[in-house]
Parts: sequence; C-alpha cells; structure tokens
Amino acid sequence: MVDMATNAASGSALNPRGPKPKKAFSRGNIIVYGTLFVVAIYYALPLYVMIVTSLKGMPEIRMGNIFSPPMEITFQPWVKAWQEACTGINCDGLSRGFWNSVRILIPSVIISVAVASVNGYALSMWKFKGSEVFFTILMIGAFIPYQVMLYPIVILLREAGLYGSLTGLVLVHVAFGMPINTLLFRNYFASIPDELFKAARVDGAGFWAIFFRIMLPMSLPIFVVSLIIQVTGIWNDFLFGVIFTSQDLYPMTVQLNNIVNSVQGVKEYNVNMAATLITGLVPLIIYFASGKLFVRGIAAGAVKG
Amino acid sequence: MALAEEASRTTTRTDAAPVRRPNRWLKNLTGKVAMLPMILTALVIFLGGTIWTIVYSFTDSGLLPRLRWNGLAQYERLWSSRKWLVSIENLALYGVLSVILTLFIAFTLAALLDRKIRFEDAFRTIFLYPFALSFIVTGLVWQWILNPEFGIQGIVRGMGWETFNFDPLYNPNIVMYGLLIAGLWQGTGLIMCIMLAGLRGIDEDIWKAARVDGIGTVKTYVVVIIPMMRPVFVTSLVLIGAGIVKLYDLVVAQTSGGPGISSEVPAKYVMNTMFGGQNLGQGFAASTMMMVMVFIILIPWAYLEFGGKKRG
Repeated sequence: MVDMATNAASGSALNPRGPKPKKAFSRGNIIVYGTLFVVAIYYALPLYVMIVTSLKGMPEIRMGNIFSPPMEITFQPWVKAWQEACTGINCDGLSRGFWNSVRILIPSVIISVAVASVNGYALSMWKFKGSEVFFTILMIGAFIPYQVMLYPIVILLREAGLYGSLTGLVLVHVAFGMPINTLLFRNYFASIPDELFKAARVDGAGFWAIFFRIMLPMSLPIFVVSLIIQVTGIWNDFLFGVIFTSQDLYPMTVQLNNIVNSVQGVKEYNVNMAATLITGLVPLIIYFASGKLFVRGIAAGAVKG
Repeated sequence: MALAEEASRTTTRTDAAPVRRPNRWLKNLTGKVAMLPMILTALVIFLGGTIWTIVYSFTDSGLLPRLRWNGLAQYERLWSSRKWLVSIENLALYGVLSVILTLFIAFTLAALLDRKIRFEDAFRTIFLYPFALSFIVTGLVWQWILNPEFGIQGIVRGMGWETFNFDPLYNPNIVMYGLLIAGLWQGTGLIMCIMLAGLRGIDEDIWKAARVDGIGTVKTYVVVIIPMMRPVFVTSLVLIGAGIVKLYDLVVAQTSGGPGISSEVPAKYVMNTMFGGQNLGQGFAASTMMMVMVFIILIPWAYLEFGGKKRG
C-alpha cells in the first residue's frame, strides 16, 4: 500500500507514465486475488491434511474432522510408518522401501544423465548419416505406452539373468529416461556456437576432450535440470518397480501402496498418511529447494517431451 | 579411457590417410560408439519391443509367449470383453473432461498470475507442488480426503447437512470424477506453467493496442491472446493426451479399479491380463490398442506441426 502510494506520487511529479495507478481494492483485484486464494486452498489442502492426519492419534481421527489441527501432537505414526508398518508378512516398515529406492535412484540417475549428455553431445556435434533416424525412433518411442514394451523387456532381462534384480530396474530406468533427457541435452548443445567446437577441433581436441574440457563445464545448468527430472521421475515410478523387482526389493512407492491398500488389519489412517508423506518428502524437498530450476526443468522437458 | 579412445581415433585417421578415401564406417567412429547405448535402446527396446508385441498380439499366447497364429481372435475377444469396454468408456470420460478442465483451469490460473500480481511466486509454488508428487501419493491422499466417513462427506454431514452425499470412491456412477479431482490436482500446475511461459512471450504492444481499441481484458484474452497461443495449446494438448493414456498408478492407488470394475482403465487391463491373468495374448492385443489410441491423438498433431511447415 505504502509502496504504491509513493510510486503514484513520484510518477505524477515527473511525467504521467505507465498504466493508471490502481486502487489496491478495486473490484478487479478482489476477483483476481479471491480466485487465486480459493484455488490455492484447493491445491494446498491435501498437503495440509497429510501433515495434520499424520500427527494425530487414532482416537482423535475417529472422533474428528480431517481438517482440524491435532489437539495433541504425536510422532508415533511417523515412527510406526518408518519402522513397523506391514506389507504382507514383512513388518519392518517403509524404511526398507526407502533404502531400495535410494539404491535404485543413485545408479539410475547417474547412468541416465551420463548417457543422455553424451547422446545429446554426439547428436548435435558429431552427427553421422542415420544418427537423426535413431533419435527420431527414440522420440516416437517416448510416446508409445510403456505397456507395449514391458513384456519384451521382461524376456530380455530374464535372458540376461537380471529379471527381478535392482540392476535390471536400473537399466529400464536408463532406457526410458533416455528420450527426454537426450532431447534436453541435444537442444542445449545445439545452441552452443559452432565456432567454439571448430576452434577446439583445430587445436586437435577429439570427441572426449571437447566433451569433458569444453562442453561439460559450460552445461552445468542443463545437468541440474536433467538431474531434477530424473530424480523425481525415478523416485515417483510405480509401474517399473512393481514389474521388474520382487517383494524384498520393491521401491518405496510400491511398498507404500501395499501398506495403505492392504486389506488385512485395522486401517490406521494416521500411519498411512505419515507413510504417504514420507514417500512424497524426497521430491517435495527437491521441488522446494530447486525453485525456479524445477519449473525450468519440467518446462524444458515438456516442450516436446 | 578418454585417452585411449583418442589414441585409437588418431591412429585410424593416419591409417586411412594414404588410401585417400577413408572408410565410411570408421569416420566419426567415437561418435558412433558413444551413441551405441542410444542406438541399441532405440532399435532393440523401442522399435524391436513394439514390433514384438504387435506380432505376438496375433497369437494365442497364454502363460508363455508362443508363435501360434491366431488371427484377430485376441482382438475380437478384447472388444467383446465387458471389462475392456468399461475401461475404454472410463478413459474417454476421464480424457475428455481432463483435457477440457485442465486447459480451462490452467489457462485461467496462468492469466490471473500474469496480471502483474503480488505473491506470484508463492501462488505458482502452491499450484505446482503436486506435480512433484507421484500418482501413488496423489491417489492415497485423495482416497483419504474423499473417505465418506471421515472426509468431506463426513464433515459436511457433521455440520448439520445430514443428507449430504459425496462419496465418489464408493459410488460406481461417479467414481471417475473422484479420480478426476485427484488427477487435476496433480497435473494442472504443469500446464499452467507452460501457459504462463506462453503468456509471457506475448508482446506487450498487443495489450497496448487492445487497450487503445477499447477491448476489455477478458475479451482480449479470448479474441486475441488465445488464438496467438495456438502452439502452446497444442503442446499442452499433446502432453495431457499422452498422460491420459498412461493413466494407471492413480487408479491403482485410489480405487484399485473399484467399486467392482467401475474405474478400470486400459493400462490396468493390460497389466492384469499380462502379469496377473497369465493371459499374455490379451495383454499384447490390449497394449497394441493403447498404442493405436496414442497414434490417433499424435498423428493429426504431427501432421499439423511438421507437415504444414514443410509446405509453408
């Protein structure tokens, strides 16, 4: 309010420039902010409900309102979700799924980003006859429903003795992360001036020397973007996890679904919500920490992914 | 490793020099080797896997895939299966509503955020965070919020409106709307961001011209801005469309296809027949149909995007 007043004053003191200063509470403003505020509540509500429910005891949940804040805060549901929640006969909680997911995530992300960056680099600077054809197949493949390719992959992995292992799942993540990330790096490297590449060639640098010494240091932002896409994508995966691993190796999303949607026993909603929140925590932290880069990442990925 | 690669490169170069015409296949060898993972993925998994599934969808594979020709029998069975028809119907309903509502909500929010408002970053952060969450998390949260006993229905009844009914997850007639609420919550933020980027790309002069001509804000959006943003809308449409066909995790988490089979979707039908029902041929036929659906959406787009450009 104060800002606007001083702005308006200084504006009229000089020349009347810019749009007519608006009143802070004009009808238009009330509609704009009102709509945004109501919609923001709809979007924020589930996160709030998750947090609130996970901090309540079961008696309080049975009596009350899912939107009301907890009367007594308890962290018991979190502890139970982490250590004791049951899936089938295993009752060692979500921690197992968490560590499985970490063991899947780290190699998958490193390999897929490495492979995709080399692909993108080679596609934009070391083209050969047919390289674009392979790339086109890859991009069309990105639109084909995964279900079409699942069974052939099961056979391939079984032949290689990797079906049901984490290694097999890592390979699947690398393959399916390839189209979008390759596209990302290809477009990025294509925007680097050709002269730079030619100068390096004249100086005698080869494929890898140019990649490691010149391109890599220049492309940190796009690496971060690709990293964000891969980390959230792989962490949130359910389909591949459920098919390519077995009971003990299930990633967190699969285990979470098994815990919450299990038919046996009394439903402990607070434990369920704590488990749900813990599973969502990793991508949420990345989202809130990376800020604008996340937006850039998904927008970049979305443009033609 | 890098050094070794380079060494081999230079040796091939010197070897080839006296021959005058270097071997076509050895040219740019490192580039080709470096792209090997991509080439293999493209050919073996994407191309090979797809062809394999299509071929085997014409066989009578049951527990294991086998090449015994069966003509179109799997497809006939598929299209006379009630579960598949329900799945298609559900997907059509979800798809149409999801496209319309996502585009509408996302554009409205983007336009509101583009009105040079305060706290833009805060609003955008709130609208987009669901996109970071998985469909499993999304489905489970909404399952809880829509719980008839403790969720929205219970609360409204508790406030005195005893006959209030809103239990989408337990009512076969409206269960798809329950999924839609969750799906929109998760996905609109992304489209909003894309639209916002599109709006930011529009020249400020357009707005000035519209103001000079005395066109109102809303009318300017509808008549001038939206037609200008055609490419953004097309991209959004493709994104939403590709996501809809894949709809699977959300259903598994939120309703498991229930009550009964009232929220089954094609992707789930494929998974159930392929990995649950030991009925591979059906799964292959159903997944091939899913692919056909994607291409029905994509081909007109590709034609408009790329076909038009070449002629123009």
